[in-house]
Amino acid sequence: MTTGTFFVLAHPFLRSAFGVGTAVALAAGLIGSFIVLRGQVFAGDALSHVAFTGALAALAFGVDLRLGLYGGCIAFALLLAVLGGRSGADDTVIGSVFAWVLGLGALFLSVFTASSSGIGEAGGTAGVNVLFGSILGLSGSQAWGDVLVSLAVVVAVVAMARPLLFASLDPAVAASRGVPVRLLSLGFFVALGLTAGVATQAVGALLLLGLLAAPAGAAQRLTARPLRALWLSSAIAVGSMWAGLTLAYLFPVMPPSFGILGVATGTYLAAIAWTRSVRRHRQRTSHPMGIPVPVEMSRAH
Amino acid sequence: MPAALSLATLAGPGPNPIDDLRQMLALHFMVNAFRAGTIVAVLAAVVGWTMVLRRQSFVGHTLAVVSFPGAAAAIWLGVSATAGYFAGSIAAALIIALVPRSPAGRPGSQESAVIGTVQAFALACGALFISLYGGFLDGITGLLFGSFLGVSDDQVVVLGVVALVVLAAMGALGRPLRFATVDGDVAAARGVPVRLLSVAFLVLLGCTAAEVSQITGALLVFALLVMPAAAAQQLTARPILGLGLAMGFGLFVVWAALSFAFYSPWPVGFFVTTFGFALYLGAAGFRWAAARWPRGIREADNRIRARSDELGAAVGA
Repeated sequence: MTTGTFFVLAHPFLRSAFGVGTAVALAAGLIGSFIVLRGQVFAGDALSHVAFTGALAALAFGVDLRLGLYGGCIAFALLLAVLGGRSGADDTVIGSVFAWVLGLGALFLSVFTASSSGIGEAGGTAGVNVLFGSILGLSGSQAWGDVLVSLAVVVAVVAMARPLLFASLDPAVAASRGVPVRLLSLGFFVALGLTAGVATQAVGALLLLGLLAAPAGAAQRLTARPLRALWLSSAIAVGSMWAGLTLAYLFPVMPPSFGILGVATGTYLAAIAWTRSVRRHRQRTSHPMGIPVPVEMSRAH
Repeated sequence: MPAALSLATLAGPGPNPIDDLRQMLALHFMVNAFRAGTIVAVLAAVVGWTMVLRRQSFVGHTLAVVSFPGAAAAIWLGVSATAGYFAGSIAAALIIALVPRSPAGRPGSQESAVIGTVQAFALACGALFISLYGGFLDGITGLLFGSFLGVSDDQVVVLGVVALVVLAAMGALGRPLRFATVDGDVAAARGVPVRLLSVAFLVLLGCTAAEVSQITGALLVFALLVMPAAAAQQLTARPILGLGLAMGFGLFVVWAALSFAFYSPWPVGFFVTTFGFALYLGAAGFRWAAARWPRGIREADNRIRARSDELGAAVGA
């Protein structure tokens, strides 16, 4: 196994893929934990649409792709923070806006494909790369930029983890205790926007939601303690990234994004199955009377 | 794609819209596109209206997204893509129906994490099938963002038959389904099989999502499935009128989008979403204005009535 791993790391493009992948997965695992905890999975969904349209708008106007990607994601994240970030609006409204944003993205894609720089194969590849990621095709300088952004997100989230947890679990009490809830929410959304931008290049705009939701969902299945779930989520994300990249290397026909998402989804499924069987077992053994635990007490919310 | 390029040179919108229409409908694939679009718009309006009422638009979106790996797998295996769309969506509908509602003691956020994961994994599977098929870059955007160039006669027939079956089922289930939607507890107490109805509706929704995906692309189903219905529900709460309005909106969106896409180099998905969204915004704006506008009149009316009551009381005294 060690020789196999060593062999994988002998290729420079795989080395940068593993480096970027690890950093992105760390950040996505942490941020995803908070998203699931705060019930804001829809925000990840929203950002995936904005990331796609932002990146393709940049290409259509002949600017660097990452300008549009980060610009769009951060601007939209700030908008979410200002609007409060809860899915207060009807999901019909939200979904309609997103569908329109994606439609715009399709427009930019066709504008770019028709332009001189994107004619033929380059146009199609650019669109597919934004949608499904291109972690194996990152250049050295790009890779360093992505690693730095991801690590900055990780450091920022770790620094504000405790107050952010407090503010996420019970915003009213946190605010009364003097926790700057609004400022934390702003910082959180900016970090989310940055993560979305980086993760789009790794796994693609369409699959970004999976990298945010699956490890966090699995971690929160496995433990009820929020801080432990945070680390577990990151660990699952990094593990999925490594396993997925290795699988993609061993089976070249498999896109790396599929490998990564496949492992993450499998972990989530396993976590659901495991907690269910444990719960059933516990019900059989430790509750012979079948006394139900009050729902309010078992809720972590 | 070469068809689109030659069209751009062959046909341009002239000053006479009738001529333009004739020119467009002289092409067999455009006739098929209009047929398919019409079938899909009517079906999407009926099912979408119920879906918006049941607040299941996110599920509808998921079912449509899952049709993408279905179609990609069908292309890889050499089966017709239409069969793949239906297989993907119906399988996903059954799986979602099997998964129990969030287990006791768990907040709803877990459920959305599950849905998000399922969506992302489905799209990843689509990417895998495309990669297995090898080189299909133009097709992938067609599957995701819609295309109307390749609608075959057989496909129109399949779309029509499935739409008829779904519409008949909706007609049969309509009343109990609405009862179960509006007040599930009371309906259950009255012996309405609420759970069975919701499973049946999910399957119908899966069929519809698969049909809509074939016109708007898997990612843009909201344009036909949600926006016309939501716009109609902004304007009226009455079922028959609302369904009629939703159908009208859907037909307008499809016909306008197909015509614009035919005469421009831009994709049909962009036009479908833009027209749908504009309609929705228009309906919401109209409702807002309507709620504001008669208020002044109503207030004046009330004031006059109060004054005449006062006068009447004074005269009576």
